[in-house]
Amino acid sequence: MVASMTVLLSRWQFAATTIYHFLFVPVTIGLGLIVAILQTAAYRSGDDRYERVLDFFGKLFLINFAIGVVTGIVQEFQFGMNWSAYSAYVGNIFGPPLAIEGLLAFFMESTFLGVWLFGKDRVPRRVHLASIWLVSIGTMLSAAFILAANSWMQHPVGYRIDPATHQAVMTNFWAILTNELFLVTLFHTLLASFLTGSALVLGISLWQYHRSTETREVFAAGARVSLIVMLISALLMGLDGHIDGQVIAETQPMKLAAGEALYNTSRGASESILTIGNLHDKPIFSIGIPHVLSLLATDHWNGVVQGINQLQAAMVRQYGPGSYIPPVALDYWSFRIMAGIGAVIILIALWGGWLLYHHRLEQSRWFAKVALWTIPLPFIANTTGWIYTETGRQPWIVYGLLKTSQGASHLSPWSVGITLVGFTVLYGILAVVDISLMVRYGRRSLEPGADTETEHEVGSLIY
Amino acid sequence: MHTTGLELFWFILIGVLWAGYFFLEGFDFGVGMLLTLIGRDDLERRAVINTIGATWDGNEVWVIVAGGATFAAFPLWYARMFSAFYLALFILLVALIIRGVAFEYRGKRQSATWRRNWDIVITVGSLVPALLWGVAFGDLIKGIPITANGIFTGSLLSLLQPYALVAGLATLSLFLLHGALFLNLKTTGALKERASALAGRIAPITAVIILAFLAWTWEVARTEHHAGDVPGMIPVSALLLVVAASWLNRERLSGWAFTVTGVAILAITATVFMTLYPDVITSSLSSAASLTIAEAASQPYTLRAMTIVAAIFTPFVLLYQGWSYYIFRRRVSLPHETVPASDQPHEV
Repeated sequence: MVASMTVLLSRWQFAATTIYHFLFVPVTIGLGLIVAILQTAAYRSGDDRYERVLDFFGKLFLINFAIGVVTGIVQEFQFGMNWSAYSAYVGNIFGPPLAIEGLLAFFMESTFLGVWLFGKDRVPRRVHLASIWLVSIGTMLSAAFILAANSWMQHPVGYRIDPATHQAVMTNFWAILTNELFLVTLFHTLLASFLTGSALVLGISLWQYHRSTETREVFAAGARVSLIVMLISALLMGLDGHIDGQVIAETQPMKLAAGEALYNTSRGASESILTIGNLHDKPIFSIGIPHVLSLLATDHWNGVVQGINQLQAAMVRQYGPGSYIPPVALDYWSFRIMAGIGAVIILIALWGGWLLYHHRLEQSRWFAKVALWTIPLPFIANTTGWIYTETGRQPWIVYGLLKTSQGASHLSPWSVGITLVGFTVLYGILAVVDISLMVRYGRRSLEPGADTETEHEVGSLIY
Repeated sequence: MHTTGLELFWFILIGVLWAGYFFLEGFDFGVGMLLTLIGRDDLERRAVINTIGATWDGNEVWVIVAGGATFAAFPLWYARMFSAFYLALFILLVALIIRGVAFEYRGKRQSATWRRNWDIVITVGSLVPALLWGVAFGDLIKGIPITANGIFTGSLLSLLQPYALVAGLATLSLFLLHGALFLNLKTTGALKERASALAGRIAPITAVIILAFLAWTWEVARTEHHAGDVPGMIPVSALLLVVAASWLNRERLSGWAFTVTGVAILAITATVFMTLYPDVITSSLSSAASLTIAEAASQPYTLRAMTIVAAIFTPFVLLYQGWSYYIFRRRVSLPHETVPASDQPHEV
């Protein structure tokens, strides 16, 4: 058996490095799409405003892209480093999406990012435009393959257990790529990323709009494009949340029950809005909307939603003694924070849409202030969303097949302790550098005479 | 257990991915290590970085795909190797992380101190992986204390055995030479002169280290328990190619000199994989504890699915990556220099 301290530290390390990585990934995906749209607008209209706002946000995209790439290498190595028993068990199934992610997505993003960055004067404008779209598609493909792998851990399909090796082996690759949990998760993650990117562009654009009259029209263009992306994503997200809940109810009922702190199976279950005090005994204060949870999870007013106690008893019967209950308080609150922020962003997007319809999007100083403070919200929602998804699966590393405690490598707690501290310190320093650069470039003035950066042109202009 | 054709194919393919990685990222590491030696001021260093600016990130993907392919095709190899090399890989990851952000962050502020510090990061972040990748493969060949169940009983120090260190020096010196010859190929004027002169000085040292590494590898392959294939002509040609690179550099045939070190890198990677065969990890505890290709491999269904995907998409990847090298084929020169007629930029 692997020391329980090793398992615990490995879990902390995986959580820390993954949460950190996923602060940057949604920005890369969302901002990549917006930069590609801006460049398309610039290409089609020949309008200088798009060109300038594109250049501005392109810089932010690059600063962010670098850190997403380098922290991604850690993600790929970490399965083998810290979770070797898990890797050996699932490699037949989990490995292929990872390898294909590299082959299809990483090569595409990195190669065409290079072309986009250094090739402006060396390839036709059309090809330069196509490059940024290929980068953007690459970021989305990357999300797709890693989510296909993750969704298999949440809801294994298309496999059998080999009696000789005790490994999970693939029997149907297509089933893994069309896992219903994967499809809803992909949709959800992409929308969350578009919201993250568009909130960033919207907040900065409106702040810049009110800051200087010289560059007003430039940032007005950025604000409009990002608001449209935000509005479409927010509306789809509302729809998606509903489908997501149903698939989770079906595939991982324990996760749903934990996220709602629903201890006993209920018919016509209420959707809990807020509970203060002990979650499972007698709450001090609690608000719920009757029947809504049943409606969300089952599409029926009086649908039955299974409770934690009944599920625990059923899992003991199926898998043997032990606790199959995830950390309920953590899941309850992380789900509420995520969904609450989602609702707030939908409202903000609708407000912005109403302003845009009345041609007052840029003028409203109130909306500009709110938009600036909206920037951090998607990051919090992304993080709490993943905390809910990953801890709601516990104690399983592969739902129903392998427990987290069985997946870790035979490492001394000291080794894992050293790397946990090492990654935390390194990532902390990088966060300070990255955020300071993002703020610096986000506040940068585009007025004529302001300092401009030409580093990539030492290659291109002077060839 | 018998190795099937499909398993052998994936073993070779992973070898090809590592060879591609060492060929491409090899000169990136070399350029990184030589940054402050060849670039004397800020503008020169920018020019040095820009020789790999557009392509280093794509080159690094080769190792990510090699890792992913190992995970998919040989799960036990991936799981045991990565957990056994735990602390060494941590150091390597830190180096790759700081190096990657350094390329992007270095130019983002006008401060000289800021840039100098990132230059140091690029140098160290290139040197550490150039050394450690060689050490890692040296350990795979020579053997590490790992049980039949895949439990590594050694420490970080047991990975730094003499043979592995020589293997590390071999990759380090080879990448340094490869990088110098790449800069000789991709720059003009003073930068090119310095790169060529440095390559001339590095080449003999590299040849001696490679000779030592290959001789010892031959000895390990012949005498040790697993006795894989001893790939005669391939390592000999690797050594001859390093010597030839030195001569070609003196004769100012910069394209050939670079190509030849590249082929030497491919030959050495081939030597490593042929020596390793039929094992993927050698155990120093007992030959029975070594992990073989057949033991580590995924089931045929997974390998077939992966083969189909790889067959469809690899040609596209090679095409567009090659195309990106074609776009950035010209030399990088500094603004005050006159560009030779053959390298004159023309509008695209």
